[in-house]
Amino acid sequence: MTTRLWPDVALHVVSGKGGTGKTTVAAALALALAREGRRTLLIEVEGRQGIAQLFDTPPMPYEERKVAVAPGGGEVWALAVDAQEALLDYLESFYNLKRAGSALRRMGAVDFVTTIAPGLRDVLLTGKAVEVVRRRDKGSADMYDAVVLDAPPTGRIAKFLNVNSEISGLAKVGPIRNHADLVMRVIASPRTAVHLVTLLEEMPVQETIDGVAELRAEGLPVGGVIVNMTRPPVLTPTQLESALAGTLPADAIRRSLERCGLAAHEDAIVPALLREASDHAQRVALEQREMERVHSLGLPTFVLPLLTGGVDLGGLYELAELLADGGMG
Amino acid sequence: MKPTTFAKAPSLRIDDILADPSIHIIVCTGSGGVGKTTTAAALGLRAAEMGRDVCVLTIDPAKRLAQAMGLSSLDNTPRQVPGVCAPDGSGSLFAMMLDMKRTFDEVVEGHADPVRAQQILTNPFYVALSSSFAGTQEYMAMEKLGQLRARAKEEGTWNLIIVDTPPSRSALDFLDAPARLGSFLDGRFIRILTAPARGAGKGLGRLAAMGFGLFTNVLNKILGAQVLADLGTFVAAIDTTFGGFRERADATYELLKDSGTSFVVVAAPERDALREAAYFVERLRTDDMPLAGLVLNRVQAVVDPEFTTEQATAGAQTLTELSVGASADEEQDAQLTAALLTLHAQRTNLAARQRHLADRFTAAHPGVPVSAVPALAEDVHDLEGLRTIGDLLADAL
Repeated sequence: MTTRLWPDVALHVVSGKGGTGKTTVAAALALALAREGRRTLLIEVEGRQGIAQLFDTPPMPYEERKVAVAPGGGEVWALAVDAQEALLDYLESFYNLKRAGSALRRMGAVDFVTTIAPGLRDVLLTGKAVEVVRRRDKGSADMYDAVVLDAPPTGRIAKFLNVNSEISGLAKVGPIRNHADLVMRVIASPRTAVHLVTLLEEMPVQETIDGVAELRAEGLPVGGVIVNMTRPPVLTPTQLESALAGTLPADAIRRSLERCGLAAHEDAIVPALLREASDHAQRVALEQREMERVHSLGLPTFVLPLLTGGVDLGGLYELAELLADGGMG
Repeated sequence: MKPTTFAKAPSLRIDDILADPSIHIIVCTGSGGVGKTTTAAALGLRAAEMGRDVCVLTIDPAKRLAQAMGLSSLDNTPRQVPGVCAPDGSGSLFAMMLDMKRTFDEVVEGHADPVRAQQILTNPFYVALSSSFAGTQEYMAMEKLGQLRARAKEEGTWNLIIVDTPPSRSALDFLDAPARLGSFLDGRFIRILTAPARGAGKGLGRLAAMGFGLFTNVLNKILGAQVLADLGTFVAAIDTTFGGFRERADATYELLKDSGTSFVVVAAPERDALREAAYFVERLRTDDMPLAGLVLNRVQAVVDPEFTTEQATAGAQTLTELSVGASADEEQDAQLTAALLTLHAQRTNLAARQRHLADRFTAAHPGVPVSAVPALAEDVHDLEGLRTIGDLLADAL
């Protein structure tokens, strides 16, 4: 049994540069955390319906829905948070203003507030996640063992989570200020962990390093780094070295090709294979350099493979198991 | 080496677009992480080296790419990239990074008297709006594009402006956010806010008056009264100095519909990126905006298309079986060759999947020209790297 790295964390925030697969990782994490009969909630906030696509369900409404079962009887629920709905929700639950809410919506006021009022949108989105996290404290029937938030990209994550500073210029006192303070008490606490997803490429790794620094500077709790879509080297270290140096034995390869019945094409094949080997070796060397940079962060690091058939539900379970084995579950 | 992957789509003739003197604006758009900025920079360099006077407006370049273009400081002004010109000495390349807040400040300073400008610039609502509102970046990118184009026309500085769009959640945000911000700042709601006194009975209908009361109430409740006061001051100040945010946004929007503009949609051969690209292509069509074509980055190049995945896999299998009981040397060679064949099979497999995705895009959008750029082993960090990308974009290698 692997030791769970974050047993006390109730809110897992997953961010990453665009294109690194953060929604996939968030979904896999929600599955991993739901193992052994636990129940998790996966939240998306960017209106992309990424969860629906991953779990192959119809578009998600603003409502918690069960999307998958985890090994051992656990459940993953999901929620697509929309800032406007979250505002109405907020008005209703804190001020009993549901009717006012729908009148305001007709006037375009809800749209106005959630789009223009700076930072309010983020307070509402993070606020919803925190509300769910806190809900379990009250022992209500809707209980989640962990909440996974598929958050905005790394470049925006510190700002997104630090709602306090975002609205500080706007609301110095008042209920929204209090609400923001409450949100921050959960987000900037050991009950939250912010995980960053990266690829073994220069730019995503750099953004991860910058993102970690930024999160730390803001006093936000950094969790782990997930290196996504990795491909294991096909060649051995010695072969890679020769490939880089351009000293792979062309004649020996030619002889082997003859032995396996591919002699007919060998004039075209041998240079092609050598070239591909050299590309591959360069790529592997670059990935190793980037991996060292990731390790230099000193954070728990998880390595997930590229799913060659594309991501489907089966693939998600595979990734979830790897995360759980690494201590994420 | 050019991937031979996308035979079904017409090929995108980048050089024809770059050389066309009637094209003054190229907009590079697409979802995050597909290489928009690099594509914009590579197109800019190539156009300059074809003799055009180019300004590249980037939004959020990676550090090393910015350095490659000599952009060490973010000062919101185009700077010339030294040593870039055509063989005959004509052409030039300028580049700038958008400073969203600075651009907004300049709009304010340019349209208000100093006292009023100061009032706006220090208003907390303005400060928050100009630095953190999610649509401000798109709006300011449009604004800057409008400014650069106006300057180019007046001073003859540049005859081609290439814009990289902000890293939005959706590529469509670039088109929608400015109008949205414009209509909010300019719309009925703001009118109500700025005219609470007369809102009580005159002018506005009963519903609006009631709505205003509700709105103030709610805003006061959730934000606190001071916020509403700040908002009121901000709106009043901004309204009297330069009303017509919407018109401003509309004007730039019109500029994008002009035949002198050309859109390059950038994607990677992945499902999500291509879906985003498809949305954008459809939107351009609906809005009558001129689409040049699709740039498909990071495509897996296949070295020898004659040599199929099945052949490679079968060969690797045979070699693995044969190596059992062979001499040590033979075994080593067989293992190496089997590994090389496996590697090749992986690549052709990936290429086939990418081709499938691209073909689906082309089936849905048959007329859209495509330029495929192969995945490079390393990221671009100098002009030479950008030049290579440019060659690949133009299919000139």
